[in-house]
Amino acid sequence: MSTFTPTMIIAILPEILLLTLGLLILILDIVLKGKDGRNLGWVAAGGLLFILVLSAFLAKPAIPTDVFGGMIRYDMLGYVFKMLFIFGAMLTSLFMMDSKKLGNRGESYILLLVATIGMNLMASAADLIMLYLAIETTSIPMYILAGFMRDDKKSTEAGLKYLLFGAMASTVMLYGFSLIFGFTGTTALAAITGFSLPLALGVIVLILVGIAFKISLAPFHFWAPDVYEGAPTPITGFLSTASKAAGFAVLMRLFIGLFPPASAYAPSWTLIMAVLATITMTVGNVVALSQSNIKRMLAYSSIAHAGYALVGVVSLSELGVGSVTFYLIAYVLTNLAAFGIIAAFSNVTGSDKISDFAGMSRRNSGLALAMLVAFLSLTGMPPFGGFVAKVFVFAAAVKAGMVWLAIVGILNSIVGLYYYLTVLKVVYLHRMEGENEEAHPIPLSRPYAIALAVLSAGILLIGIIFGPWFNIASSAAAGLF
Amino acid sequence: MTFPILSVIIFSPIVGALILLLMPAERKTEIRVVALMTATFALILSFWVYLNYDQVAAGYQFIEKYAWMPQLGISLHLGVDGISTPLLLLTGVVMFTGVIISWGIDDRPREFFAFLFLLASGVFGVFVALDLFMLFFFYEIAVFPMYLLIAIWGWVKTREYAAMKLTLYLFIGSVVALVGALAMYFASGLETFNMLVLETANFSVEFQKIWFLPVFLGFAVLGGIWPFHNWSPDGHVAAPTAVSMFHAGVLMKLGAFAALRVGIMLLPEGAKFWAPLILMLATVNVVYGAFIAMIQKDLKYMIGFSSVSHMGLVVLGFATLTEQGMTGAGVQMFSHGVMTALFFAATGMVYDRAHTRQIPELGGMMKPLPWVGVTFIIGGLVSMGMPGFSGFVAEFPIFMGVWQVKPWVAILAVISIVITAAYIMLAIRRTFFGEMPKELEGHITPISAMDKVALGLLAGLMTILGIFPSIMVPMVQSGVKNVMDILEVIK
Repeated sequence: MSTFTPTMIIAILPEILLLTLGLLILILDIVLKGKDGRNLGWVAAGGLLFILVLSAFLAKPAIPTDVFGGMIRYDMLGYVFKMLFIFGAMLTSLFMMDSKKLGNRGESYILLLVATIGMNLMASAADLIMLYLAIETTSIPMYILAGFMRDDKKSTEAGLKYLLFGAMASTVMLYGFSLIFGFTGTTALAAITGFSLPLALGVIVLILVGIAFKISLAPFHFWAPDVYEGAPTPITGFLSTASKAAGFAVLMRLFIGLFPPASAYAPSWTLIMAVLATITMTVGNVVALSQSNIKRMLAYSSIAHAGYALVGVVSLSELGVGSVTFYLIAYVLTNLAAFGIIAAFSNVTGSDKISDFAGMSRRNSGLALAMLVAFLSLTGMPPFGGFVAKVFVFAAAVKAGMVWLAIVGILNSIVGLYYYLTVLKVVYLHRMEGENEEAHPIPLSRPYAIALAVLSAGILLIGIIFGPWFNIASSAAAGLF
Repeated sequence: MTFPILSVIIFSPIVGALILLLMPAERKTEIRVVALMTATFALILSFWVYLNYDQVAAGYQFIEKYAWMPQLGISLHLGVDGISTPLLLLTGVVMFTGVIISWGIDDRPREFFAFLFLLASGVFGVFVALDLFMLFFFYEIAVFPMYLLIAIWGWVKTREYAAMKLTLYLFIGSVVALVGALAMYFASGLETFNMLVLETANFSVEFQKIWFLPVFLGFAVLGGIWPFHNWSPDGHVAAPTAVSMFHAGVLMKLGAFAALRVGIMLLPEGAKFWAPLILMLATVNVVYGAFIAMIQKDLKYMIGFSSVSHMGLVVLGFATLTEQGMTGAGVQMFSHGVMTALFFAATGMVYDRAHTRQIPELGGMMKPLPWVGVTFIIGGLVSMGMPGFSGFVAEFPIFMGVWQVKPWVAILAVISIVITAAYIMLAIRRTFFGEMPKELEGHITPISAMDKVALGLLAGLMTILGIFPSIMVPMVQSGVKNVMDILEVIK
């Protein structure tokens, strides 16, 4: 075992700070005796901002190193994703504050922080045991948060469904891990070599099933629409963004680590994933067309987006992984904004039906504008983040010689364009019954206003000045090759 | 470093849009004034560029280059040549007149002008971009505000359908072209999106043959090329007046321009190989568009199909790959842009008063609306290619170019002039002369002074260009010479 070095502390500095923040909120919650819980949201958000800034400066790795006996890999990939998760958690806690039965309970923020710690460890785990623990640390708080509204049938169903499917997927993945250990005698990612064909195939399939569940790839996506619809909206936002990004971080580290481009098995797993990406994009987009509930529609859209991002992974190049990372950054910003807007809207109106968004631009033009930004970014229109992200991902596919996959992706984004525009049409064009929108304004509380302003500005920023952000994303990719 | 005029032109509408969005929605008059100021600013700057473009030196001028994403070779690289300078001016003119014409919009004018300016920024961007990535970036920006503009402020009966149809067509076209552009980027091995460098990439003949068609047609969809023109008349009809002006006046040029810049200039071998096919499609455009325009009863549909026909002439000029043809096409882009903007503006004014655009239900408009009538007639003369107006200056060289390549195509295409003359004359007679229907009497109020400024500016430009072709033709020629040099190399 290695001796103690300061790097070890720096490597897990964000996690240490997150845990401290969690404990602080726990104590405050006890001191306040559960009263005034909403203000704990400010504490969480402020604390997360502090952690984000501090870790961004202090925890940036210079050269990739393994710490804690090879349990944790301290590299740029982990760093970039950690910052992304902390950023996501910060905005989610703002969105949670005015969510009924969620925002005024101290434990919901603590669960969010614990899940964030789990995601951070997922992104940096370099050992199968560590990885499994990290995944469970993420999942268990998320199961609880999804079913947090106990007297709401749909939320309870969401929590239970997520738990059952999640446990099943974890088991399958764990079985894949055990196969690796059984045949190679090690759990350290860097040390695993010498695959035989049946072993490689078994490992690829089993682990892929587990991860495919996490990032909701078709045909392992069935849980997603129900859970997304039932869970409290801010939690859905977090689940569909940070949690999915964490899954992608694991996917890239694991598969590119175990079967690098030079490996004999690289073509087979990339082919499997290319097929999965095709199915996922198509299923997600086509089914989204017919949804009347906006949360379900966004659930299918987020399935489709996992497919787009997978296109970059399949390209198996630095450009590809860099593009995926960039894609995820853009996607986290965009989808958080989308769910935040829906949360703000349904807080006032109590409805998630697309048709009830009629007249929204007359009820609150700022909120409608934020929705325009988020949805056009999801569509992949400039000058919003989604455009550049999509172009890079497709560029990676073209570079890898998979023009067909890029074309599938492009055909799919056309389908996507249709249903995103349909929602915008309802928002801007349709009128409320009685056409007296002025009498039904949608007031925005301060946390929503701040979070949505930050996200809209962010979407524009990475969409226009994309160079520096792509630099960061590709530095994350560089460590894998 | 000189004054970065091109980036100022691109970004001034965006800045205007942002200012508008920050203003309170109920201050409608102030919103209109800010919009007009923004448009005037852009018009003055684009006119300044036009005046200061050095025709003798030719080539790309006012060049600006800022590294945007060096690792992939993307830069904000701007510059104008003899072909794009008139288009820049055209955009400025249409933007200015469009704002004037939209003065009366009362439903959320703040959002209307903001979206319109976003679109204008995209259009300016495409015309001056010398970087392939940036060209796409601006191209998409120019496309999607159309959806909202048509869907929200359009003609109630067809707006939802037409807006979605238009957006889907254009989006499909642009992404198809995008794949081609990515293929070019990787195949060149130069790791740059700089179009001036890509021109020297020497793509293999096979590569060019494969990718020319997707790239050219992908862009030409926006130019209204047959058989992908279907979105365009529907879009024209459903759009509010200013958006119709933008759409037919400028956006369709965007498609033709990008098809030239990316398709023909980067893939000249492919262009040579496919030129007969493009020539054929464009001929269908010209003749078929004119025939369909003739049977229309709705004034806006008639103009819409006449746009399809006239844009066919532009593509026809490109497809000749001759100097005359291309020069004519370049001038035609400007001339047609001004002409359709005028047509749509005039039609909008008639419709606002008569509440119908059905030609048989109109009549006798000349008396109450003399300005509209006279300028419409000037537009009609331009449309017919009458000497003394800009249409002649543009169309004559195109037919000369076509004659050199395929004389029988020229003969076929010339038929369109006769048909155009027929439907334009009919429309003018039925709308502006004859008896005014009883139910309209008393409803036709005179147009405002600002409307007269817009109509006068548009009609004046066409007349001046018709009488003094030398103010534009040599400039376009200098731009075309550059294209011819590229085509020369491969001969």
